[in-house]
Amino acid sequence: YNSSLTKPPPAKYGGRHTVTLIPGDGIGPELLTHVRELFRFCCVPVDFEIVSIDSKSTSDDDMNNAITAIRRNGVALKGNIETNHNLPPSHISRNNILRTSLDLYANVIHCQTLPGVRTRHRDVDIIIIRENTEGEYSSLEHENVPGVVECLKIITRKKSLRIAEYAFNAARQNGRRRVTAVHKANIMKLGDGLFLQCCKEVAAGYPEITFDSMIVDNTTMQLVSKPQQFDVMVMPNLYGSVISNVCAGLVGGPGLVPGANYGKDYAVFETATRNTGKSIANKNIANPTATLLASCLMLDHLRLHGYASMIRKAILATVSETRLHTADLGGQGTTSEVVQSVMREIESKGPRTSEQI
Amino acid sequence: MFCSAVQGEFGRLKRAERFVLRSSALLQTQKARTCLSEVNLSNKIPNVFRSCLLSCFFLCFSPSLLTSYRYVTVVGKHPRYKIAVFLHICGFGDRVSGPPRFQPLGARALSLTAAQSSAEAPPARADSTFKVTMVPGDGVGPELMTAVKEVFKAGDVPVEFEEFHLSEVQNMASEDKLDQVLTSMKGNRVAIKGKIHTPMEYKGELASYEMRLRRKLDLFANVVHVNSLPGYNTRHNNLDLVIIREQTEGEYSSLEHESVKGVIECLKIITREKSRRIAKFAFDYATKKGRKKVTAVHKANIMKLGDGLFLQSCAEIAELYPKIKYENIIIDNCCMQLVQNPYQFDVLVMPNLYGNIIDNLAAGLVGGAGVVPGESYSAEYAVFETGARHPFAQAVGRNIANPTAMLLSAANMLRHLNLEYHSNMVSEAVKKVIKQGKVRTRDLGGYSTTSDFVRAVVANLRYRPV
Repeated sequence: YNSSLTKPPPAKYGGRHTVTLIPGDGIGPELLTHVRELFRFCCVPVDFEIVSIDSKSTSDDDMNNAITAIRRNGVALKGNIETNHNLPPSHISRNNILRTSLDLYANVIHCQTLPGVRTRHRDVDIIIIRENTEGEYSSLEHENVPGVVECLKIITRKKSLRIAEYAFNAARQNGRRRVTAVHKANIMKLGDGLFLQCCKEVAAGYPEITFDSMIVDNTTMQLVSKPQQFDVMVMPNLYGSVISNVCAGLVGGPGLVPGANYGKDYAVFETATRNTGKSIANKNIANPTATLLASCLMLDHLRLHGYASMIRKAILATVSETRLHTADLGGQGTTSEVVQSVMREIESKGPRTSEQI
Repeated sequence: MFCSAVQGEFGRLKRAERFVLRSSALLQTQKARTCLSEVNLSNKIPNVFRSCLLSCFFLCFSPSLLTSYRYVTVVGKHPRYKIAVFLHICGFGDRVSGPPRFQPLGARALSLTAAQSSAEAPPARADSTFKVTMVPGDGVGPELMTAVKEVFKAGDVPVEFEEFHLSEVQNMASEDKLDQVLTSMKGNRVAIKGKIHTPMEYKGELASYEMRLRRKLDLFANVVHVNSLPGYNTRHNNLDLVIIREQTEGEYSSLEHESVKGVIECLKIITREKSRRIAKFAFDYATKKGRKKVTAVHKANIMKLGDGLFLQSCAEIAELYPKIKYENIIIDNCCMQLVQNPYQFDVLVMPNLYGNIIDNLAAGLVGGAGVVPGESYSAEYAVFETGARHPFAQAVGRNIANPTAMLLSAANMLRHLNLEYHSNMVSEAVKKVIKQGKVRTRDLGGYSTTSDFVRAVVANLRYRPV
């Protein structure tokens, strides 16, 4: 990768954008095909360039190809690529390679209770901002003495400042009042201590936003008892993984929440909990809501707000209809039924194609 | 899938609700019935048409008609209304479609129903009319546009043209007119145009109207896809070449001055930003169309800094596309190779003036200016026109111009608008007429007139049997 190469001009010609599509493993290809179908149905001016990397490809070429494709187009929509635990440690997770090479430092997940989905908690509305490139996911482990493994968690000042800046900026733009930093600085005094200190420094520049911090064990307990107290949460990588999955569970499960990975120049959209779903692949029972909402986030990023809101309204209307809930929400609907219902919603209530959107 | 669009001449007021049903081949009747109960007819349609539509619907959903693709036209009783009812019964066929440079790649995408019975992919969702700006231009432009309009009318293509007669030679050009065209373009974002002729004499304006239009809309990329027409033999057959030309800077910057009497300085401007932009366009086009090689055409041995910068930008962008081969060739060698062995080229990218020359050269290789369509893209807009732009003023009023280029370009425009079915219909009709070889205009060696050709195309427009 030629680091002196500045960002290429965006891939938008004749009003149509080009977006890289990485199907991934498990339910990824199936759900992304539904996304393509929906886009074709709504005449969304987005064309997909499909790059297949899955766990079966062993060479580096495929990975480089995918990364170059995302560099060219700037935006990608992806499914999760499975990482086999049994392979040697030199085989780094493909998703991780993608995130670190493109420097997608912020993973933003917005968990909201959706009307029509029955959950134990109501009125949950949390934005989770998770540092995506360092922390426990640095893939630096070694065994100096047999039977003793050292796993390095890296926290740097630069990246912590960057993610804190992103979190406060996002809070300000969305009109949020409170940012909570999640950490374990009582134990990892220097590591998470640095993270906390960076957050405090950045917080000083945003006087209208209250900043507080909470230890991760307390946070998880509070989340399952009183999630309404949280507003925006910022945290390092591993806690982010745990907390985002907890919050996704609070609002209805992994099939409902989309996630976005933002970097300075690139953006990649996927489901929040990054599940491969191997056991339910190709059975037409997966919940397409998360992937469809992720594609709406992508449309918002491409500034096609009209299409994004049209599709989102249709999805929310469909989700509120209980007889179409898929198995993970306790219903008996199939994926295709949900997608069809979304399409029907759109063409009965959506704007006409030729009108200015 | 049952999709209906009511096109009233009163525009938006008379539009009906659209209802689209998708049914798998296995569950058609059942779903059709359930969907019928959900159909929501607008109260704006008079009862006559409601019953008309419903009867049509029931007729078409009878079991014998369920298995293939249908197209039914129903003409309403009221003379002012024309109802076009599209009836599509199809599966969940999935295909990525896009602007004309998109082609379905070799491995088709997954189809979601097992019973994907239709041989052709389902057409795009055609609801109301698409508005397109039309600038007929000079010379034979208006005649060619009439040809396009006739073919569209015969094929029931849901496109409405907004015409603007902008012309410098006929003194119908002014800043106001240009602004009108630009406003219309900003609304419609797609245009079809003929050539606006630039008079040779210097009347005080260095930039012609066409140049100004291009600059204001920032139509930086001109794509001419040079394809041999099946059935018409030239010296080089089966040619398939794409020429991508940077259209806003280079020699056409309209910067000339006379500092010293008798000495004119004409500035050719090459910028890094625009060169990278056109290079990226070329490589993106090649990726989407599955092309293997991009060749940059230049004269960097003489214009070391100017064309050197262009080459450097192309080389930089080529690094992002490891699967596409990048080469470069000097313009003089390129012209010679094109006339001796044009098959060695795949996609060519070049600055403005070389592009102009190579466009016309390549058009000549396959049959002339009447045969090759071209399009211009900016980030937001797409303008469709002929590949080699000539007003052909000698042919005005004589009914001898070849409308092939304009018709093929119009078909590309339909594909850009996501109207795949209509696009294929028009382009296949044109290709069929040329292949049959009975109706050929003068430039292809025949004796027919433009209107004969258009009539033949209209006769060949494919309607599916009901």
